[in-house]
Amino acid sequence: MPQVTLTVNGKSHSIEVEARTLLVEALRETLRLTGTHVGCDTSQCGACVVHLNGDSVKSCTILAVQADGGAVTTIEGLAAEDGTLHPMQEAFREHHALQCGFCTPGMVMSAIDLVNKHPQGLSEAEIREGLEGNICRCTGYHNIVKAIAAAADVMQGRSPEVAHAAE
Amino acid sequence: MYDFAYHKPSSIADAVKLLSEDPDAKPISGGMTLLPALKHRLNRPTALIDLSAIAELRGVKQEGGALVIGAMTKHVEVATNPLVLGAIPALAKMAASIGDTQVRNRGTLGGSLANNDPAADYPAAALALGASFITDRRSIPADDFFQGMFTTALEPGELLIAVSFPIPEKAGYAKLRNPASRYAMAGVFVAKGGQGVRVAVNGAGPCVFRQPEMEAALAANWSPEAVAGIHQSPDDLNSDIHGSAEYRAHLVTVMAKRAVAAA
Repeated sequence: MPQVTLTVNGKSHSIEVEARTLLVEALRETLRLTGTHVGCDTSQCGACVVHLNGDSVKSCTILAVQADGGAVTTIEGLAAEDGTLHPMQEAFREHHALQCGFCTPGMVMSAIDLVNKHPQGLSEAEIREGLEGNICRCTGYHNIVKAIAAAADVMQGRSPEVAHAAE
Repeated sequence: MYDFAYHKPSSIADAVKLLSEDPDAKPISGGMTLLPALKHRLNRPTALIDLSAIAELRGVKQEGGALVIGAMTKHVEVATNPLVLGAIPALAKMAASIGDTQVRNRGTLGGSLANNDPAADYPAAALALGASFITDRRSIPADDFFQGMFTTALEPGELLIAVSFPIPEKAGYAKLRNPASRYAMAGVFVAKGGQGVRVAVNGAGPCVFRQPEMEAALAANWSPEAVAGIHQSPDDLNSDIHGSAEYRAHLVTVMAKRAVAAA
């Protein structure tokens, strides 16, 4: 069976997979990182989004062997070791950007990539457009959009901390 | 998904050799179409030949009056490449409208063109711009490349290396996306350049096609009004739960007007 080496959340793993093993299966079933979810399994819903070499990708539509040698970041890799949440996670909590939470790991990973790729800041329209590949059945997206805007301000130094959702 | 062997060659020659040795092997680029097809067991290759380690298949360069884009260049790279943005902004904008961010981070120009999905965007751009398809053995003009639904002039084992897009004077693209799948219900790519005016329609029929009446009208008068009165025949257009052939025919005129306005 093929052997692949993945650096996941900063830690190197050499694992045996079948050629047909999806990246999300390797993450969830071999490495037991179950924060990355499988929703539709047809590359539409975005629950499985992780970062591969700095880009957001749908891990249900990549083979583990295709990711061989790559650096993967999953939702488990965002918070600091002392448990301090990533600004995007903190903003999702603060702005009530989740209800059932199923889509949240993928939303957060897509949102971080979106902010990273727009160092000059993001309009509301750009945030909504940037979420095209993530589907949420609970929130109606409004609070997710607010959370991403707030987190972008923190990540890009326009706001010292996540603003409280007072309105 | 059935299992298969997996190879990741680092040169075009090695990839072509692997494909020639096994007629049931398939090349995989971004996998945005092939992997979902494999999951549904619509396809059963004995081996996947991953082209992602072949550096010479990626990148954009200008050669004379054309942009030559490697087959493994990702949609996000075409959408943000300064050469493409400067020379053929309509192509960059089109690439930025494919799928979603995550699909654009994986999907490739060559994969989309070799797949020739009737609703894909790249076939319309390549046909309207009069592109040439450079393979491991020959160059194929766009007018000969697209042969039918999911069918191209590529022979078994023939590998698409790059596509050469002549730089047009003007070009524009407009599509109406299906609200659920986001694939084009109908799209029109218009271009005016060394090969005259060319108009290509995707999404509406079983394969991308040129619209000669609109080409003649735009050659005489490059304006949205020139195509406003031209009715696309619904004969041979797609008819399904998302829209009738008549609706798609109507959309072709609307998208053509928008594409010219955007050019």
